[in-house]
Amino acid sequence: MDAITQLQRQFVEYTTSLYREGYLDDQFTQLQKLQDESNPDFVVEVVTLFFEDSEKLLNNLATALQQENIDYKQVDAHVHQFKGSSSSIGAQRVKNVCVVFRNYCDEKNLDGCVLCLQQAKNEYILIRNKLEALFNLEQQILQAGGSVPMMA
Amino acid sequence: MEDDNAEDMEVEVLSSMWPEDIDAAGKKFNLEKPGADQDLLEDVTFIEEPTIVDFQRLLELTNYSEKGSSQLSYLVKNWEWKQENAVRLLREELENLSKQQHEVELKKLEILEEHRFEDDSYGGDKRPISILDEVYEIIPDVPKRRNDVIYQDQRLEIDGEDDTDTVKYWKQRALNLEKLLELSVNREQILLEKLEESIEKLEKQSSPVEELSQILKRADNFLHFVLQNAPVVIGHQDKDLRYRFIYNHFPSLGEEDIIGKTDVEIFKGGGVKESQDFKREVLEKGIPGKREITFETELFGAKTFLIYVEPVFSKEGETIGVNYMGMEITDQVRRREKMAKLREEIAVQKARETELNKTIHITEETMRAKQMLATMSHEIRSPLSGVVSMAEILSTTKLDKDQKQLLSVMLSSGDLVLQLINDILDLSKVESGVMKLEATKFRPREVIKHVLQTAAASLKKMLILEGNVADDVPIEVIGDVLRIRQILTNLISNAVKFTHEGKVKINLYIIPDPCSESQQKSEFDMEESESHERVVWIRCDVEDSGIGIPETALPSLFKKYMQAGADTARKYGGTGLGLAICKQLVELMGGSLTVSSKEHCGSTFTFVLPHKIPHACESSDETDDFKDMDDNTSTEDDENCGFFQFKPRTLGSLFSSNGSGRAHGLTGTELNFEKSNSENNYSTKYDSFDHDHPFHDPCIQKNRPLNPDAQRIHSNGNSGGISGNVHEKTKSLRPKILLVEDHVVNVMVAKRMMRQLNQDMDVVNNGVEAVRAFQRCDYGLILMDVCMPVMDGLQATRLIRSYEKTGNWDEARLAGVELSGDHIPKEQRRRIPIIAMTANAMSENAEECFANGMDSFITKPVTLQNLKQCLEQYLP
Repeated sequence: MDAITQLQRQFVEYTTSLYREGYLDDQFTQLQKLQDESNPDFVVEVVTLFFEDSEKLLNNLATALQQENIDYKQVDAHVHQFKGSSSSIGAQRVKNVCVVFRNYCDEKNLDGCVLCLQQAKNEYILIRNKLEALFNLEQQILQAGGSVPMMA
Repeated sequence: MEDDNAEDMEVEVLSSMWPEDIDAAGKKFNLEKPGADQDLLEDVTFIEEPTIVDFQRLLELTNYSEKGSSQLSYLVKNWEWKQENAVRLLREELENLSKQQHEVELKKLEILEEHRFEDDSYGGDKRPISILDEVYEIIPDVPKRRNDVIYQDQRLEIDGEDDTDTVKYWKQRALNLEKLLELSVNREQILLEKLEESIEKLEKQSSPVEELSQILKRADNFLHFVLQNAPVVIGHQDKDLRYRFIYNHFPSLGEEDIIGKTDVEIFKGGGVKESQDFKREVLEKGIPGKREITFETELFGAKTFLIYVEPVFSKEGETIGVNYMGMEITDQVRRREKMAKLREEIAVQKARETELNKTIHITEETMRAKQMLATMSHEIRSPLSGVVSMAEILSTTKLDKDQKQLLSVMLSSGDLVLQLINDILDLSKVESGVMKLEATKFRPREVIKHVLQTAAASLKKMLILEGNVADDVPIEVIGDVLRIRQILTNLISNAVKFTHEGKVKINLYIIPDPCSESQQKSEFDMEESESHERVVWIRCDVEDSGIGIPETALPSLFKKYMQAGADTARKYGGTGLGLAICKQLVELMGGSLTVSSKEHCGSTFTFVLPHKIPHACESSDETDDFKDMDDNTSTEDDENCGFFQFKPRTLGSLFSSNGSGRAHGLTGTELNFEKSNSENNYSTKYDSFDHDHPFHDPCIQKNRPLNPDAQRIHSNGNSGGISGNVHEKTKSLRPKILLVEDHVVNVMVAKRMMRQLNQDMDVVNNGVEAVRAFQRCDYGLILMDVCMPVMDGLQATRLIRSYEKTGNWDEARLAGVELSGDHIPKEQRRRIPIIAMTANAMSENAEECFANGMDSFITKPVTLQNLKQCLEQYLP
């Protein structure tokens, strides 16, 4: 019982820190609210989808920015998608990088774009690790027989 | 502190007190700074120039002034002591000599005894020879008394009787004596010379005065040596303050310019008078003093001197003048002032810093308070939304009519509380001018009914709640319905709170524009030209038969946290915030809130608000093509009924309205419930393979079960609580939503939200697919992403609008959309609401959406709240 309480506390603290440090915003809370007994893995599913999509997009972006003649429209479209999906799951920092990224696209600033891609990658990896850790915690709580605390 | 201060701290090269560029005539003494290899003593020989002395006066001074005489006596005493010392030394010497003499005499006696026979020839007058003459030379200045002149008396006596012994012996003897005599004579000669020398020396011996003056001169030289380059002026002034002596005076001034003159006569400019006055003060008081005086003279410009003045007293104790010493401290003063200024600046800086810190602190506090408020409201909201969502879920279960009724009241109350929490936060927004009002269409009768119904539900008293809406009040008006509801609810709950028996009534009627008549007339003219912009003023009275308000309490009634009496709060509770919010909201909407009351009889709160009336044809359109088919009966009831009465539940009937025909809810609900279960199962499956096939042919899902929640939302929007809709009719026209969105994550989230809202939704991935889907199926609402591959949302919307207008798909085909031939002919089709989903909430973007035929937009990321509001507003 103690172990569960501890895990739960850890979970709450970790989640709070993710919000506090700006990794996540309210949209993630929205997702969590959408999860219920009929759909217990909703958040994990969406986020996994986001991961797959993000990796694809980041690859596309990397390829697009390596071209001889860069199609900034194409790059912008990718970034737009990335921005959309990251804001949909509440990955705030990824989204913020995307906003800057799009500005560089408008300016056709290659250096800025490359820099932003690097940042976006970093932020993506960060949030992926964080979320995976969060899900792990959740899993542990569930396996220990506890319930995942609601983060209102 | 600035950096150059550090440099200031270093020892500066001392500049001369007087300027160095004075013409040669004035340059009477060496002003050069002492060089390293300069022979300082050489300077000493020059230094008698800077002194200008009135010698007579100096003599007088030394003779008559107390100090002078004491100094003289000191010098004399010193001289006397020196002489005494010399005498003492001489005496010692003398003693020494006589001792030696004695010894010599003793020796002589011995010798005489040896040569007895010769004894007689040697007289006792042979004087000893001073061998210590050399010692005397050590103290040449000391006068010596040489009375012990040595002479040798060589008496040659020939004793005849003894001669006879031997000639040889006598010869020998004579020769011996002769030699001795010779020696003696020699010695006498030397002594004589020495005597003469001594006398000469004695004559040369200086007099005490000479010696004294030499000492004085040496002291003087030393003083000159020390003071020559010092920035110091030393002077003496007599009792008329005329200079009698000055040292280190200003070089261009000659003796005649200074001696015998006063300061004022010599200089002109600032500070001269002050120094003169100060000297006079010292002279009169007889007490020495120091003062810093800044001179501003033509002669040497601006210079600050530290002046020391001491009185000089005569032997009789009278002041006969002042000694004056001035030291130039201009640079020091300047530096000191600079320091003071710096210190002052630092102090100011520090004060400012403290002030800033304080401001920062206050700002932080305010921020924290705001944060706290936000957190608190969030904290309140979260559990409350939990309660409301539970109630929502509960409402989908099998309930009887009463339960359904209770639940609907519970839901609307819950919503209201949520709303209220927001509005309390809004109060601060109103105060800071950030509050924005929304302009939406609403039906006043419904609002009144709903508010009364909510109040009745929680009523614990035997009160009758009545609503009376005059016939001339339009069916629909435009305004901020949430705020108006809030005001009404507040006033009603207030009225109920303070009323123990009787009635609480709301009266709603049209009044003429409270502004001037003529203005209204001109406005009316305008209104006729553009009839859709008509404004009506609606007056609302909330009347109760309660305890009333004492007249004295009326003025403070609308103030925040004020209640009529001190015991009111205790008795009736409440925050005292309600009326303040009401008043602010009413005024924000351009109206006014007033109160009239009679104690023990009741109060009437009245607010008057201007409302726009929506375009007439718009509403008629809607009623024409769709509403007639849908819920004509119920809306007609609502629209036309102007009187509602609610009694407490205990009285039996829940509420009575003159509108009837609400018995058909139950079967519909049951039907819905069963089917919603099956839909749940279906949806899960649907979701699971949705990742791979985001696009579904909507036609496959045509036979989806009926959605119960759509009914709830629908009925909430229309009749407020009791589902009075004819479900059998909506079944075939069941609203279905089409989501046009290319992004998988967004699709998944949106779909899940729709599930939460119990809505059916089809998903397509781009504009082309959207057009196709629209052609094939009948939707109630399209949610359209703007940026999409293949065809964006704007173009898709344009194509759909074009079809709605022309009834053909020509434009779509022109744009390259392949359409299946077997499209369902949509006769009398109403305009489908298309809601843009846009990531950038910028206004230009919004305008673009509207320009392309979209009805509204919601910003991404989409929240459940946004989606819900949107459905409530647009889903018929």
